[in-house]
Amino acid sequence: MFKILKYSVYDLMRSRWSYVYLLFYLMLGFVLLFLNNDLSKAVITLMNIIVVLVPLIGTIFGIMYYYNSKEFTDLLLAQPIRRSSIFLGLYLGVAGSLSLSLIIGLGLPFLIYGLFKSGVIWDFSLLLLIGTSLSFIFTALSFNIAISQDNKIKGFGYTVLLWLFMAVIYDGLFLLSLIVFEEYPLDRFSIIATMLNPIDLSRILILLKLDIAALLGYTGAVFQKFFGTQSGLIIALCVLMLWTVFPVWRLLHRAERKDF
Amino acid sequence: MILIENLHKKFGKNKVLQGVELNFEAGGIYAILGPNGSGKSTLIKCILGMVLPDQGSLSVSGHSIRGKWVYREQINYLPQIADFPGNLKVKELLSMIKDLRGQPSEESELVKLFELQSYLDKKLSTLSGGTKQKVNLVLTFMFDSSLLILDEPTTGLDPSSLISLKRLIRTEKEMGKTILLSSHIMQFVEEIADEIVYLLEGKIYFKGSINSLKELTGENDVEHAIAAIATTKVYV
Repeated sequence: MFKILKYSVYDLMRSRWSYVYLLFYLMLGFVLLFLNNDLSKAVITLMNIIVVLVPLIGTIFGIMYYYNSKEFTDLLLAQPIRRSSIFLGLYLGVAGSLSLSLIIGLGLPFLIYGLFKSGVIWDFSLLLLIGTSLSFIFTALSFNIAISQDNKIKGFGYTVLLWLFMAVIYDGLFLLSLIVFEEYPLDRFSIIATMLNPIDLSRILILLKLDIAALLGYTGAVFQKFFGTQSGLIIALCVLMLWTVFPVWRLLHRAERKDF
Repeated sequence: MILIENLHKKFGKNKVLQGVELNFEAGGIYAILGPNGSGKSTLIKCILGMVLPDQGSLSVSGHSIRGKWVYREQINYLPQIADFPGNLKVKELLSMIKDLRGQPSEESELVKLFELQSYLDKKLSTLSGGTKQKVNLVLTFMFDSSLLILDEPTTGLDPSSLISLKRLIRTEKEMGKTILLSSHIMQFVEEIADEIVYLLEGKIYFKGSINSLKELTGENDVEHAIAAIATTKVYV
């Protein structure tokens, strides 16, 4: 598996896209810091961008890479290598280099602006941790779509729909149901509904960490009560982990049973 | 070497293999023949474990291959379409496969034989079809394995490379290896194969030597003999 990982990372390092992605984050970091001139404000702006953009790039990049490396996988499948190693290696290669671009691209500007001397170091670390989780989650989801769908155009369409649903439509439905059922107790429902969408979960986690949950009103109070505690944070991180583990498991399960 | 029992495979409603029974003894050149879509590549991919059969059993060197992967260490496979990652150089591809297999390899002789020296630093996406096929052949023959599976090895080759290929296949046979190949070029098959298997609509219509095929059909020409078994059902 590590050999496959090595070659997929090597392959990605040579492709222009990883650098474009890295440059984008570098620019984003510098521009935000330049405009806000304040680390903690920049962190909040960055959060809004990360929870939407990282999933989008993860899905698009993941599905493109999977379809593009078809020749590579076909070549490997006839070699004495376990199938799960091939797909796990490819997946970790993509998700790993996306996360690396994110960490380096955002880390550098913040470091230069004196991150270590400021009080937001933990908030910023959580932001990067969540960005990394989202990269891993959405790359895994896009690989799942790609392995079940040999038609590239359809596969591409499904990933874009998935992102749109998770990032935009889900929130709409969530809010709508809160309004429709406002007469009922909704705290448990809203916590569960948040858990079911990694983007929402990430957003709430960061909001709570930044202590601006009051903006969320009543629901914010519910979340504060639940996630604000140590165990709430751990549960939320575990759920994000599950969001990675389950799609990866399904990917490997599917890979073992697919005809190539 | 390879034992196939009651092998079934369908893709959707299309039944590609229907109860294939075959036994390939070790040491010898076997040609799998059949029209396009008769199931040759599917059969080959089943042996490699790339396609998973719906029913039936398949064993290589006496061990069932279901869910296994280590047995592929003793197989060299030449895929039908030489599709390689385009952004790699020929040299990088060779060293990558060597690294992945971790077995001793003999590629320099082969590179010379197919005159690929000047292409080693070129990217695979820039190579012509025939040159890609030569790279494909180098990748297949550079490891010392007891079983060689060649899916249409002659595609796109020029006459001199074809002669080299035939010589290579014969040398491998003399070393006691088992070679399984599929081809549409009857002249090539007649020259090289010890035994042929004729597959049509996923069933075996004939298995035996070329001479016995000629006797059976009463034709002197292999092409005509093949055409004859396709019309008259002769099961083995």
